[in-house]
Amino acid sequence: MRTWYFSEMAYHPAWKKGIERGSLRVNFPNEAVDPVEAGKLLNRYLDEFRLCDEVGIDIMVNEHHSTATCMTVSVPMALAVIARETKRSRLLTLGNPIANRPDPVRVAEEMAWLDCLSGGRLEMGLVKGAPYEIAPANSNPARLMRRYWEAHDLILKALSTHDGPFSWEGEYYHYRNVNIWPRPIQQPHPPVWMTGMSVETGTLAAERGHVVGTLLSGGLAKPMYEAYRKRARELGWEAGPDRFAYAAIIGVGHTREEGLRRADQIADYVRTAPLVYEPFTNPPGYNSLGANVAILKNGPRANRIVTDRNGDQINHATATVQQFMDTETVFAGTPDDVFNQLKAFNARMGGVGHLLFFGQGGVLSHADSMSNISLFGKEVAPRLLELGMPASAAAE
Amino acid sequence: MSRTITVAGVALDVEDRGEGLPLLFLHPGEGLQPDRPWLDALARTHRVIAPNHPGFGPSALPDWFGTVDDIAYLYLDLIRALKLDHVLLVGACFGGWIAAEMAVRTTDPFRGLVLSAPLGVKFGGILDRDIVDMHGIDRAGFMQRAWAEPAKGEIDYGRLSDGELAGVARGRESLALFGWKPYMHNPRLRRWLHRIDIPTKLIWGDSDGIVSTAYGQNWCQEIPGASLETIAAAGHYPHWEQPDAFAARVAAFAATLS
Repeated sequence: MRTWYFSEMAYHPAWKKGIERGSLRVNFPNEAVDPVEAGKLLNRYLDEFRLCDEVGIDIMVNEHHSTATCMTVSVPMALAVIARETKRSRLLTLGNPIANRPDPVRVAEEMAWLDCLSGGRLEMGLVKGAPYEIAPANSNPARLMRRYWEAHDLILKALSTHDGPFSWEGEYYHYRNVNIWPRPIQQPHPPVWMTGMSVETGTLAAERGHVVGTLLSGGLAKPMYEAYRKRARELGWEAGPDRFAYAAIIGVGHTREEGLRRADQIADYVRTAPLVYEPFTNPPGYNSLGANVAILKNGPRANRIVTDRNGDQINHATATVQQFMDTETVFAGTPDDVFNQLKAFNARMGGVGHLLFFGQGGVLSHADSMSNISLFGKEVAPRLLELGMPASAAAE
Repeated sequence: MSRTITVAGVALDVEDRGEGLPLLFLHPGEGLQPDRPWLDALARTHRVIAPNHPGFGPSALPDWFGTVDDIAYLYLDLIRALKLDHVLLVGACFGGWIAAEMAVRTTDPFRGLVLSAPLGVKFGGILDRDIVDMHGIDRAGFMQRAWAEPAKGEIDYGRLSDGELAGVARGRESLALFGWKPYMHNPRLRRWLHRIDIPTKLIWGDSDGIVSTAYGQNWCQEIPGASLETIAAAGHYPHWEQPDAFAARVAAFAATLS
């Protein structure tokens, strides 16, 4: 299991005001940002990313828009800085919300440029994006995935074509001269990742051999991983752990108490981040017909219920660290605790090759964040590298 | 009764009731809801033909289908397939946008046009919202704006079957497909409204909080000879909130047509 540290570079000083208004996203006016403070925080967060390279773990960057929960507005912009400040870490965008981007060729150019700049260290996540990203991008939520796949195919063709220009006359995108300069070091293109929470995503990712990742819920991840393995087998290959990623909040400390405290503070991100004005939570067409029928019947939260391993519902807004640990949203404690929890998780999931280490959620201090990264990198990550396919899965 | 009519390869679910001269009713973004009283009220004086738009209710949405232009051509084909003539074309809200797109293409099959709080046109400046962002307000806020008396428009989704709920969800997704960006209008349509050379009546609820009567007056400026009437105690859906008054206005307008 490889470790990829990520942080959303939150603007947590405005959270209290946003919570009082009932929305941290889309319709929370940016008068709540002190831009000088934002600049200080961005520099601090970039220092935390740089530490990952020193302690030997990889780096992931994501992006959100119009929100106090995440100041990264552009994955290539953040990775451009990080690429210059690091030497060894592989660099993952997870991801580029390509169905919300009007110009996929520009995405291909940016990815090729980053791959060159970093000496071939780029891993390229192409994602659907969260429902509340539709409004800031004003992209049409109807047929979103159809647009996603066209953008995906165009980006990969742009990265891997060397005898261009070629033309593209699709449903959504039109170009007559695609011929990106530079081209990526990694051929035919940097590794591709997707995110998802459904069996369908698992199947579609398997058909392309992409890495598939999911966030913060083991209960949703397992059926998706299983669908991926099944489809891969149907297509004549075995999907190893390196095709699967899982994002979790991790707090590690010199003592169990310190690790739990750090996890608790990072978990404030999960308690806070979903707070968004209701009309932006489910744009029509974003969710499946079945999910929308359930929402009409049972209210807007119907398709977002997270349960623990006993099937009991967890409220993300108020959950304790222990409840988050029960849903595999959080792993926390001493380095030994965290290693043992992740080893058990790896066995339950049938082998997960990539841990997306959510190690800074906003309110965790710089000193704590640096210590969290450092302890994890030195004392947990090297042991995780030895975790491969669990014995139970290998014996199947 | 409803039946399936396939036009241009699209399987349309069409209500067809009443007798007399034909009236083509184009439903709003909220759907047709054929069990509500307005189709019967209109059918007292006309043969009412009311399709579920592609992607709404039981009507199919083919993969290739995706713009209001497509719907306009499809319904012009439907009129030809049913051999209709002297049609009174009536469109409400999103259906009014479709009706206007049809009428700028040809008015040959139509004897008159009724637009009830139509969407589809932009008159204001770059920072003005002519049409309220119905997808940027919560359901309660939408009901307040769309209804004179919001309780009359409440739908108890818990009492609908899964099939009916799927129809509602499909309709919402289809409305987004057709009208998300530019939001519920065609920036070029205003320039062609002058082509509508048949008697045209605009009907507006006096409490419409989605599109204002001032917006309706702007339509009248662009369509030669068009005039606007308001219906009291009605919001954005006068046919739904005041079905008898709505049908009476339509019948009175129809009586003036040759």
